[in-house]
Amino acid sequence: MIDILTQPFVEFSFMRRALVGCLALSLGAPPVGVFLVLRRMSLMGDAMSHAILPGAAIGYLLAGLSLFAMSAGGLVAGIVVAVLAGIVARSTVLREDASLAAFYLVSLAAGVLIVSVRGSSIDLLHVLFGTVLALDDPALILIGAIATVTMTALAVMYRPLVLECLDPMFLRSVSRASSPTHIFFLVLVVLNLVGGFQALGTLMAVGIMLLPAVTARFWAEEVPNLIIVAVVAAFGSSALGLLLSYYANVPSGPAIILTCGVAYLVSLLVGPRGSLLRQLLPRKHLDA
Amino acid sequence: MNRRLLLYAATFIVPLLIGSVGANAADTIKVATSFSILGDMVKQIGGDRVEVKTFVGPNGDAHVYEPTPGDARTLADSKILVVNGLGLEGWMSRLQKSSGFKGTVVTATKGIKTRQMEEEEHGTTRKITDPHAWQSLTNGRVYVQNIRDGLVAADPAGKDAYEANAKKFLADFDDVEKIVKDSIAKLPPARRKIITTHDAFGYFGATYGMEFIAPEGVSTDSEASAKDVAKIIRQIKAEKVPAVFLENVTDHRLLDQIARETGAKIGGTLYSDALSDANGPAATYLDMFRHNIQTLTAALSS
Repeated sequence: MIDILTQPFVEFSFMRRALVGCLALSLGAPPVGVFLVLRRMSLMGDAMSHAILPGAAIGYLLAGLSLFAMSAGGLVAGIVVAVLAGIVARSTVLREDASLAAFYLVSLAAGVLIVSVRGSSIDLLHVLFGTVLALDDPALILIGAIATVTMTALAVMYRPLVLECLDPMFLRSVSRASSPTHIFFLVLVVLNLVGGFQALGTLMAVGIMLLPAVTARFWAEEVPNLIIVAVVAAFGSSALGLLLSYYANVPSGPAIILTCGVAYLVSLLVGPRGSLLRQLLPRKHLDA
Repeated sequence: MNRRLLLYAATFIVPLLIGSVGANAADTIKVATSFSILGDMVKQIGGDRVEVKTFVGPNGDAHVYEPTPGDARTLADSKILVVNGLGLEGWMSRLQKSSGFKGTVVTATKGIKTRQMEEEEHGTTRKITDPHAWQSLTNGRVYVQNIRDGLVAADPAGKDAYEANAKKFLADFDDVEKIVKDSIAKLPPARRKIITTHDAFGYFGATYGMEFIAPEGVSTDSEASAKDVAKIIRQIKAEKVPAVFLENVTDHRLLDQIARETGAKIGGTLYSDALSDANGPAATYLDMFRHNIQTLTAALSS
């Protein structure tokens, strides 16, 4: 039994690299996802992934299949969109979701235009849908660095961030940290999406950020516990997804995200907090 | 009819009408081809009697391509459309319909003995036809004949010119084929085995006696699973495959990883489904063969 779980990783270095990449990704992205969910911005990850796509595509068209160019392009495009949307939301009548939608659509359209002007050479979907099976050293270092930056930054701005999630008006009334916290948090979202884009592809990067975070809601209530559950769920799902890809002969990226999805469904049904099962069963005294 | 519909009609139909009126004015025969290899063949055979437009250009991937409105206009303008067939250009039937193309379609692979490939997918094997027939010069000759006949049928006045061009072109085939055969004969049989990114060299291998192994299937639009990659790594190690080769049309990150893990060396870039641009090493169909065989033998004989 144990042998079935470990054999692929022992025999093949590409499986070990994939596992290490997923571990790094699972340490950075799900905590960011937890805060996104708490702030009711779950769909923002999806919007941001579209904002990144054209940046990465531009990087690819300018410099070819270069990790640096595509990541830098994605990072710049994502941060520009996130920061502009944040500034507009804070200084005009437009709300965050509306201003973000406006900016990411413009960004996406610009990207599609640039891609088609140059003509499709290597199919861009192939390039943009990542290859967790082909992580080389620079890609692993990039993902690891992003996870490190994310965890450090979250630790530093943990308090204002939690306040911003739970009572933003209070934070604004006692401190000027609100706006910087918000902007820096958006930068973290973009950074992690760029990291996930290396491993799983732009769209699935959102999956590993958010699915474990919403899964965690059925298991924990306090923020630190939410983060721990999300990280464990993300890494567990990644490892299982890789094994699924190995034994069942299915592509790895979708296998990982679908495993996250199964974890979510199971939690939704039988998780200890607020799941369907809990709502059907009569509550015990003082347990609600 | 509402206003939006009118607007669509104006943007798409009007240019098509203008395009088809303009087509008759020119002296040359307008030929549209699906990808660069067919484009080169038509140029060689048609000479200056034809004007060739190619949808998927140099280094482009003909398996997956999204036609543009400009392509539809080009096609509506053309008298002949040359396609490979055998399921290579899945996007072409839609383009043909939407453009209102009224000319003749020449299928270059007509009459070729096709190769069936077994592709394993989710546990079940299914048979599919390998479309990469041009990778064997034997088939290439059939391509030339089909294109020649198609041109003659559409433009009987140019019969002599087309036949002369085709004859000259086919004579060059013999030279190149001799180079290919001689080069492979010089390789030790144990080293006639290589890895490429997708199954594009099945006909080449069958005709000239080499074995090609690829993590992606015959089309580039499938994604490799961990199992596929593991299988290939085991195979490379067990059979001591000396080199892996990149292709000009596909993403090479996966192959880099395989090479790193097995210690097989990266032998260079093969041109499989598209030619290079005019300054590249494989600007024409025959140059592609010369370049590929040179790359193969350089890596395998050392």
